[in-house]
Amino acid sequence: MKGCEGICNITMFNEESYKTLFNNKKNYEDGHDDKKVKSVLEYTKTKEYMEKNFSREAVVINPLKACQPLGAFYAAIGFENTLPYLHGSQGCAAYFRSHFSRHFKEPFPAVSDSMTEDAAVFGGHKNIYEGLKNSYKLYKPEIIGMCTSCMAEVIGDDISSFVNNAKSQGDIPKDVDVVTAHTPSFVGSHITGYDNMLYEFIKYFGDELSAKHEKINVFLGFDTYVGDFTEIKRIFSLFGVEYTIISDPSEMLNSPADGNYKMFRGGTKIEELKKAPGAKGAIFLQTYSMSKTIQHVKNQWGQVARIINPIGLKGFDDLLVAISELTGKEIPEELKSERGKFVDAITDSYYHVYGKRFAVTGDPDIAYGLTRFILELGGEPVHILVTNANKKFTKEMNKLLEEFSKEDSCKVYPEKDMWHLRSLMFVEPVDYLIGNTFTKLVARDTDTPLIRIGFPIFDRHHLHRYPVIGYQGGINLLNWIVNGILEDIDNKTKDSSNFDIVR
Amino acid sequence: MAKLRQIAFYGKGGIGKSTTSQNTIAAMAEMGKKVMIVGCDPKADSTRLILHTKAQATIMELAAEAGSVEDLELDDVLKEGFLGIKCVEAGGPEPGVGCAGRGVITAINFLEEEGAYEEELDFVSYDVLGDVVCGGFAMPIREGKAQEIYIVASGEMMAMYAANNISRGILKYANSGGVRLGGIICNERKTDRERELVSELAKRLSSQMIHFVPRDNVVQHAELRRMTVVEYDPSCKQADEYRALANKIINNQLFVIPTPVTMQELEDLLMEYGILKEDDENIGKSKTA
Repeated sequence: MKGCEGICNITMFNEESYKTLFNNKKNYEDGHDDKKVKSVLEYTKTKEYMEKNFSREAVVINPLKACQPLGAFYAAIGFENTLPYLHGSQGCAAYFRSHFSRHFKEPFPAVSDSMTEDAAVFGGHKNIYEGLKNSYKLYKPEIIGMCTSCMAEVIGDDISSFVNNAKSQGDIPKDVDVVTAHTPSFVGSHITGYDNMLYEFIKYFGDELSAKHEKINVFLGFDTYVGDFTEIKRIFSLFGVEYTIISDPSEMLNSPADGNYKMFRGGTKIEELKKAPGAKGAIFLQTYSMSKTIQHVKNQWGQVARIINPIGLKGFDDLLVAISELTGKEIPEELKSERGKFVDAITDSYYHVYGKRFAVTGDPDIAYGLTRFILELGGEPVHILVTNANKKFTKEMNKLLEEFSKEDSCKVYPEKDMWHLRSLMFVEPVDYLIGNTFTKLVARDTDTPLIRIGFPIFDRHHLHRYPVIGYQGGINLLNWIVNGILEDIDNKTKDSSNFDIVR
Repeated sequence: MAKLRQIAFYGKGGIGKSTTSQNTIAAMAEMGKKVMIVGCDPKADSTRLILHTKAQATIMELAAEAGSVEDLELDDVLKEGFLGIKCVEAGGPEPGVGCAGRGVITAINFLEEEGAYEEELDFVSYDVLGDVVCGGFAMPIREGKAQEIYIVASGEMMAMYAANNISRGILKYANSGGVRLGGIICNERKTDRERELVSELAKRLSSQMIHFVPRDNVVQHAELRRMTVVEYDPSCKQADEYRALANKIINNQLFVIPTPVTMQELEDLLMEYGILKEDDENIGKSKTA
C-alpha cells in the first residue's frame, strides 16, 4: 500500500512472519481445523443457536458497559482543580484512564493508591494515607474525588473515616476537600458510578442554606460529547439565562495544544456548586445516569427539576419549553430559526432513512434519545439493546414505541450483551447498526454498516467534539446517520450503473 | 419523634448476643419503643425469637433468588414481629464460601436506599456476628450508623478477649466517626468472681458493666418455643432482668471511646480474679512437662 512502507497498521498482520506466527499458535493450541471452525461459526448464525443464546443465564459475553469508577472519574473531573482518585488497584485506574484517553485523545489525570494483596488482608487505610499524601504533594489538587474499586468494596474499607484519619494525622491539610463515593463494580455500570460520585459532590458542597437566586442548575449526566457542553452554554446565553453546569469536563477533555500541560482545566467552580441549592430550578438532560442525584436535588434542595432527554427534534423542543417555563423567558428567535433549518435538513434526508431497519445500542439515556430520533426520521429501530438498562428504562422505551405504533415491529432488549446482539442481527438482520467502537466486531461479522454514536469511540477521531443535542447536534446526528447510509449505498453500488452522482 | 438511636450488639460467637439482644428489645418494645432489628450474621438467627419463625428469609437470599438486590422491595425483607418490632436479616453465604462481610455492606446499603431508616423508629439495633473480623462487620459502626455499641461478654477468657478486640475495632472508628462504647453486658456463665471480673474489664476499657444478666433456664425454655422470655413468661424474674437492662440502655449516658488493654494486661487481670489459690505452681506450664 502507498505511504505504507515498512511496518504499517493496515498490512502488518498480513506479512509472512505474522502468518507463520498465527499458524504456529493455532497448532500449539491444538486448534480445530478451518472446516470445523467454519461450521460452528455457521451454526452460531442460526435461529436455533439464537434461542439457546437468549436462554443463557450464567455467563455474560462482551457486555456494553464499563465499571462504576469510570463514571465516577468522569463526574469528578468535571469540577475545578479536582483529582480523581481510585482507592484500589493500579490496573483498574489504568483501564479507566486509557479508556478516556483513547476516546478523547487527551491525557486523563487520575491516580490510584495501588492496593495489593497485603492491603486486601490488612485493610486499605495505609494506602489511603500514603496515597493522599503523595497525590497532594505531587499534584496540589484543591479537591480529591475518591472512589473505590471492587477489591476495596469487598473488604469493606470505610474510606470516609480513613480520609478523616489521614487529615487528623496530617497526611494532607484539613482544608483539602476529599469527596468519597463507594463504587463497587459488581453493581450497576459506569452510569451508576457517575451518579454515585456526582451525588457525593452535591451533597458535600451543596450548602442547603445558600441564598436564593435566579440561576438554573444544568446537569448533563454521563455525556461524552464535549460539544454538548458548548452547545448548552450557547443556548443559555441566547436565552439570556444565568446557569451553572454541575460537572463540566469539557475544557479538561478538549484542551488547546499551546505548549503548556495543565493538570486541571476548567470545570464547575466550587463557589458555584455551593450556591447551587439556592437556584431557581434544575434541568437534567439524562435520567438513568443521575437517579440518586435527581432525588437529592428534588428532595433536599427542594428544586423544581425538569428531566428532559434533549436528543432529536421533540427532545430539544421540550428542553426549550422547559427553560422558557422555568425562567419565564421567551424562546429566542435565533433558536426558532435553527429549528426550521433542522426540520429542513430532516426533510432533505427523510426518504433515505424512512423504513430503514436499525439496531440501536448504547447507554440508556443516549439509546432512548437515538431511538426517538430514528423514529422521528421514519426509521425502524427494530432492536434496541441496552446492557445497563433497568426496568424503568424498558417501560419508558415501550411507551415510546407505542407512541409511534412500533410496539410490534421493534423490541427492547434490556440487560443483553454483544453476543446476544450478534445472534439477533444474524437471525433478524437490520440495515444499520448504531453503537460504539466495540460493536464494530458485530457489524463486521454480520456485514452491517456501523454508524458510530456513543461511548467509547476509539477508532474514529473528533466525533466527540461535536454536539449531539440541540438542533445543531441534531444536524450532526442526521449527518452521521444519513451519510452513513449514503456511504453504504455507494459501497454497494460501486460496480453497477446505480453508482449515482446524486443521492 | 425523638432522635433515632442506633445501637449494635457485638460479642464472641455463642455468648448469647442474639438471645440477649432480642430479649432486651422485646422489653424495650413493652415500654413503647419502636425498634428495628438488623441481623448482621450469616446464620440469620437474630430475629427468630421476635418473629417466632425458624429463620427469616434474608436480604442476600432473596437477592440471589431475584437476580440482584435492586430487584428487591423493602416489604420483601422487612417483617413485623412481637409488639410490632421490625425485623430484617442481612444474611450471607454458606459456611466456607463467599464473603459474609460484603453481604452486610450490601444489606445495609439496601436498607438505607429503600428508606427503612426513615420510618418512625426510636431504635435500630444491629446484631453482629462474633468479632469485628473484617471491614464488612464494621459496617454497622461506621459513620452515620450505630453510635452505641454494647458488648455481650462473660467471665470466660475468650469472651473477654473478644470484648477487648471489639473495643479495638470501635477505637479505630471512634475518632473519625461518632461511634462509642455504651457498656458491657455480662451474660452469666458462672465462672469465678464473674461479676467483679467483667466490671473490672469494663473499667479498664473506660466503660461500665451496664448489666449482669444471671443465668436462668427459663431463657432456654422460651427459646425452644421461639419466644423471648418477656413474651413467654412476662412475670418471671428473668424478664425483669431484661427489663432492667432495657431501661439502662434507654437511659444510658455513659458513652466512651474505649481504651483497649494489651494482651498481657488481660492475662494479668484474669489471673488476679480467676485463680483463687495463690500457690498454684502450674500456671504457664504444660501439664505433661
